[in-house]
Amino acid sequence: MKKLHIILLVFIAIAIGVLVSFMGNLSTYETIASAKQKEGKSVTIIAKLDNSIPIEYDPAKNPNYLSFHIADTLGNKAKVVYYYGKPYDMEKAERIVLKGKMNGDVFEITQKDGILIKCPSKYKDDPEAAKKNLSENQ
Amino acid sequence: MDYIGEHLFPGKLGHFFVILSFAASFVSVIAFFKATKAKDIEDEGRWKSLARAAFFVDAIAVFGVFATIYYIVRSHLFEYNFAWEHSSKALSPKYLLACIWEAQEGSFLLWMMWHCILGIIIILRSKKWAAPVMTVISFAQFCLTTMIMGVYIFGVKIGNSPFLLVRQKFGEAPIFQRADYLKIPQMQDGQSLNQLLQNYWMVIHPPILFLGFASTIVPFSFAVSGLLKKDFAGWTKSAVPWTLFSACLLGTGIMMGAAWAYESLTFGGYWAWDPVENASLVPWLVIVAGLHTLVVFNATGHSLRSTHLFLILGFILILYSTYLTRSGILGDTSVHAFVGSGMDAQLILLIGVFFIPAIILFVRHYKNIPHIRKEENTYSREFWMFIGALVVFLSALFVMIATSLPVINKLTGTKMTVGEDVEFAYNRIEIFIAIILGSLTAITQYLKYKQTTKAHFIKKIWMPTAIALLLSVLFSVFGGIHYDKYGAGFLAAIHLGLFAAIYAVVANAGYIWSGLNGKLKTAGASVAHVGFGLMLVGILLSSAKKEVLSYNTTGININFDPTSKQNPLENITLLKNVETDMGKYWATYLASDSVDQQTKMTYFKIRFRKKDGREDFILYPNWIKNTKGQEGISANPDKRHYWDRDIFSYVSAADNLGEGDAGDTSGFKTYPIAIRDTVFYSKGYMVLDSVVINPHNEKYQFVKDRDTALMAAITVFSRDTMKYHARPVLYVRNNEVHLIPDTVFSQNLALVLGRVSGNNKIELRVKESSNLVPFVALKVYEFPQINVLWIGTIIMIIGFVMSIIRRVQLKVAG
Repeated sequence: MKKLHIILLVFIAIAIGVLVSFMGNLSTYETIASAKQKEGKSVTIIAKLDNSIPIEYDPAKNPNYLSFHIADTLGNKAKVVYYYGKPYDMEKAERIVLKGKMNGDVFEITQKDGILIKCPSKYKDDPEAAKKNLSENQ
Repeated sequence: MDYIGEHLFPGKLGHFFVILSFAASFVSVIAFFKATKAKDIEDEGRWKSLARAAFFVDAIAVFGVFATIYYIVRSHLFEYNFAWEHSSKALSPKYLLACIWEAQEGSFLLWMMWHCILGIIIILRSKKWAAPVMTVISFAQFCLTTMIMGVYIFGVKIGNSPFLLVRQKFGEAPIFQRADYLKIPQMQDGQSLNQLLQNYWMVIHPPILFLGFASTIVPFSFAVSGLLKKDFAGWTKSAVPWTLFSACLLGTGIMMGAAWAYESLTFGGYWAWDPVENASLVPWLVIVAGLHTLVVFNATGHSLRSTHLFLILGFILILYSTYLTRSGILGDTSVHAFVGSGMDAQLILLIGVFFIPAIILFVRHYKNIPHIRKEENTYSREFWMFIGALVVFLSALFVMIATSLPVINKLTGTKMTVGEDVEFAYNRIEIFIAIILGSLTAITQYLKYKQTTKAHFIKKIWMPTAIALLLSVLFSVFGGIHYDKYGAGFLAAIHLGLFAAIYAVVANAGYIWSGLNGKLKTAGASVAHVGFGLMLVGILLSSAKKEVLSYNTTGININFDPTSKQNPLENITLLKNVETDMGKYWATYLASDSVDQQTKMTYFKIRFRKKDGREDFILYPNWIKNTKGQEGISANPDKRHYWDRDIFSYVSAADNLGEGDAGDTSGFKTYPIAIRDTVFYSKGYMVLDSVVINPHNEKYQFVKDRDTALMAAITVFSRDTMKYHARPVLYVRNNEVHLIPDTVFSQNLALVLGRVSGNNKIELRVKESSNLVPFVALKVYEFPQINVLWIGTIIMIIGFVMSIIRRVQLKVAG
């Protein structure tokens, strides 16, 4: 066997090791209900903002505490706590992608990147908004 | 209906150019292919002239499309959806250009224009390989044209036309029932370019990045041409400058994006392992791997098979990244959210038509591709270069798999995603790649091709090794790297990585003298490697030592708040004109100023005074109001540059949303209310939850014997669905009544518990005033040694350019 083949084999072994460890650390998309089952485990939830309960954020008092409620497509609801500033445009989000852990009934997000807000037109144009614009005050 | 005031000619002309380009590229594919396969010279010549003519026509047509779009945008013909959706009257000419490549159709067009220019250079300069290489490029041109066709074939829509009219796109909107719909106010101006993108980087970054994208087809075409013509090794010398060019431009484009991300926007850094960033990094890595094996082959005859694989995959991965970023599949994982364009099938097809034939050719001819049976010597440059290329390729594979999780999920029905800490998921693996690559970059230059004597190698390498070791130990000991967030193991890896990076810099700089006797002409590779090493140093130092300066340690009220129990408190609240303790600095929020409606920017003037009295400066982080029918706001940072670090600040919240003070007009209004009663104010309402006697909590400590105190617990619900708490207090001490008001700054509310009236009611006094103390919540980072990264990038680019010049000269001379 050639040296190169041995090295290749070693690399393949390392690559498999890396992949397995990477996969092991992956989080999964969960619903609110299934996240509650996996309390303390890091999961990702895609949900909508529950507008029936107000967002709690008072930057004058504590700019590092945001709390709001989410509802997912199955109708489950949960409170979310995030220890950073409130993302801009949060109220207008179509969907919110949250990465964190369920702690009791509260979904805690401890990483700054744990919230990804999906606004329809942050970067890209929103055909719905354009349509609306065209239909208004003619 | 006959519509009044429309200019339909430019659209028809533009559409004609699109169709012309489609037809011309089709002809040039066939003709170049025939020329490739032609048996006798005359036949080949005839096909070639036809093919060239067709390609020139295609180039003219493509530039014609672009010129027409620019004319439409420039003349503000808002009947065209392109102008209406992407531009506005207020845009300056450079942003009129930028708004063209903001659109999907426009960025495809940019890509095609670069193909045209590259194709013409190949036609003019390359002799033997022009026909097969141009067959592939013309075919790519043909495929890309379909992306902007916007025609229906058998009911299937092919591409999106840039010349669509607004009334064609939004046909059902009622305004189009009027013949003079262009007179309606919303048709008088366009939606403009998103304010966020009105940045000079938007003018230069996309063209460079797309040149990088477009150029990857050239090495790919050379490799495929070799397979087509069964001349497996004849193309490798001609392909070197092109591969260098591709790696150089794509690298430059990526790093420009990094600089943009660092400089504006609020990503808080230059690289976040965002899928969109990864999508261009992966092909770059693979092209770089291919470049190294290509050089190895030219020098020794080894590694030709892997060269084929890398150069083919480089371009295929560009197509794959096009699919990732444009299909909308990354929607849930990327902040650079592109909305799907409804062209998924077409984009997947685009990958397939290149990948499948190329891989079939490669597999079929794999055995015929020459390779040397005898294995490489361990003390040879080619051996370690190949190992390095393989490591680069594997790291690219890793990044690609991680980035492709949404695709994998879609295919297999799984629900996997990178965990909470996205950056660490990549960093903990990439750090080891950096260690290996840094070391290999350092050592390999000192090995000669084929065979190096051990003594010679050690004689040359010991000095740079010793210097690098010394330097990195100094850095590690005195550099203040205490990045223990992820434990001692990762910290150790950072120190090792730092050594490898410094080693790469020192050894390659040293090699220019000891190996090349200072001959800069041939030193392109060494210079590029010095740059690469410096980039690694910059990345390691700036990430490992990045510091949050705005830890909210003494922010107002913060200590009372049970909710701030843990975690990094990255934002600090600054009240206007109140000097606040911020670690090493005193920070003061002095003023805010809305510049003008046009730019929709609000500047915040913030003064930083270092506690040791050495520094006193002002930063102006700003807010940009998003346009495009959005009320949203984006923060734009301001930085102070030092030679060795940047201080980087942005405003994450403010009281008045940058509207400026409206002046105080209101006094207190008095409401007698009972528990559960509601009081309305201009932005919402508030509810009296309870009245607490002698409250003893984190905010107030009243003692029963000494005081008589009442606290009203009030929840304020604002119209924008936010909730606040306020707790005004009334207390009697020494027979005197004291009132402690409470404020909800962001609602401009001051609440006072006036007195207790009869029948279980209290008197709540409410004042709405914009003269409450304004504040900002500020975030301040320090990025040390960030300049090393940028300097390294520039040096690497210079090294690439030196190599390209050298290789072109060699080719001309030979």
